[in-house]
Amino acid sequence: MEKNLKKYFAIFALPTLIAFLIAFLIPFILGIVLSFTEFTTVTDAKFVGLDNYVKAFADREFLNALWFTVKYTVVAVITINLFAFTMATLLTRKIKGTNLFRTVFFMPNLIGGIVLGYIWQLIINGVLINFGVTITYSAKYGFWGLIILMNWQLIGYMMIIYIAGIQSIPEELVEAAKIDGASKINTLRHVTIPLVMPAITICLFLTLSNSFKLFDQNLALTAGGPSNKTSMLALDIFNTFYGRPGYEGAGQAKAVVFFILVGIIAFTQLVLTRRKEVES
Amino acid sequence: MNNTNKQRSFNSTKLKHFVIFIALVLLSILFLSPIFIVLLNSFKGKFFISETPFLFPNKETYVGIANYVNGIRKVEFIKAFGYSVFITVFSVGTIILFTSMTGWYITRVKTKFTSILYYLFVFSMIVPFQMVMFTMSKTANMLHLDNPFGIILIYLGFGAGLSVFMFSGFVKSIPIDVEEAASIDGCNPLQTYFLIVFPMLKPTAVTVAILNAMWIWNDYLLPNLVIGTEYKTIPIALQKLKDAYGSVDMGARMALLVLSIVPIIIFYLICQKHIIKGVAAGAVKG
Repeated sequence: MEKNLKKYFAIFALPTLIAFLIAFLIPFILGIVLSFTEFTTVTDAKFVGLDNYVKAFADREFLNALWFTVKYTVVAVITINLFAFTMATLLTRKIKGTNLFRTVFFMPNLIGGIVLGYIWQLIINGVLINFGVTITYSAKYGFWGLIILMNWQLIGYMMIIYIAGIQSIPEELVEAAKIDGASKINTLRHVTIPLVMPAITICLFLTLSNSFKLFDQNLALTAGGPSNKTSMLALDIFNTFYGRPGYEGAGQAKAVVFFILVGIIAFTQLVLTRRKEVES
Repeated sequence: MNNTNKQRSFNSTKLKHFVIFIALVLLSILFLSPIFIVLLNSFKGKFFISETPFLFPNKETYVGIANYVNGIRKVEFIKAFGYSVFITVFSVGTIILFTSMTGWYITRVKTKFTSILYYLFVFSMIVPFQMVMFTMSKTANMLHLDNPFGIILIYLGFGAGLSVFMFSGFVKSIPIDVEEAASIDGCNPLQTYFLIVFPMLKPTAVTVAILNAMWIWNDYLLPNLVIGTEYKTIPIALQKLKDAYGSVDMGARMALLVLSIVPIIIFYLICQKHIIKGVAAGAVKG
């Protein structure tokens, strides 16, 4: 059968492959090449070595965006996962209406980033107006605004994954711990958490890469204001490309750096999950 | 003695469950209130929204559906809705058809080439959009893919990573015997695929469809760069509501936010079981 199927390459694999080449592979390779050149469109590139990378790292706004992104990611990952895990433990008890609660908590996840940004801009500005300011008055407001927004969006999603993890724990184990006289906290620490570790890994990395790559919400909520102090990496790269003529090369270099950082996160996850699988 | 103890512990769990239940109800209200606040404001005059966003509309502030009429007219929302539906439906359809075929092909045909392809698809999943943003939109421009039909091809290429990965993961788990039997019975690969394999792939196809639909429907940056100047999808229309000076008709914005959320909520309530399952499955595999 394999030989027979091989002849059907043009039907089975070619359409996807062509689209993949056009939309991803060629632009990716071009992107790497262009990061070492000076250009305004793809066709007028001149080789300049590492100039763009030097320019990128000399750019205060880029470093500021990097720092803001890291700070934001740490706080977002911790808060989202704490809330999501707590809510998952509440929803896995035999309480009426769990399905309805699950439906409600998950819903914000389906709403797009631009819409989410404007919803929370309204609410946060509505609170801040009592103090005579708006969200773009200080980077602090933008920071915590983004944290609240992403908690609202992602808690339900992570909660679903945690619920699946908790429900896969055999009930006998929890019962046995109870009979052995383990306290609730000890059961959580020594039975529940080790057994939902795979779910925890998934959620940590999902929130990590989601927070790190955030764009739409950032654009709609503050658009980087005040004066780009709340721009995250993705938004800063976008602004470099489309808002600063002559900086296209630096923008592409920033994008390559961004890709490498995201790649490191993904690679760490891969190694960690592999090791866990071997252990179990 | 023993009995009363049991009784007491039963009552205390009951009480505890009741407290948790109330907490969850309050939390649900908290979760739903942002959407409710937007809905309230969509019926208020535009100058009252920023000032008092948390008040119900009253005689002075209530404007009926004026914001909706205004917003729909301002950004040609009906058109935007049409583009969003068209692009999402056909991109997802195309992705399901072609990536499932590719997923099956590269799993069943074992060569160096197919395994390189597989790793390239997996690799593409971790590359952030900003990395290819500029070059991809220029390429799309040069190849005249900057229209609602061309962008479907772009979405196929961009969605290929996750989709091929999920399909080939599932194909690996189904026994090859059935397919071999079909081919011995005289089915050509196309017949084998559409009569035998694809029906088995259905659960994965639902997951892949949901993940891609959520992504494409809400996508802002890619369509904005590729087709945004001429064809505005819903997220682009929302963003373009800002005028050249950065000021916004808040009334129109509230109305458009409601109009963007309502279809999603309806879709969600109809197939929430599939959505929740699909998203969870996608997370575990991605």
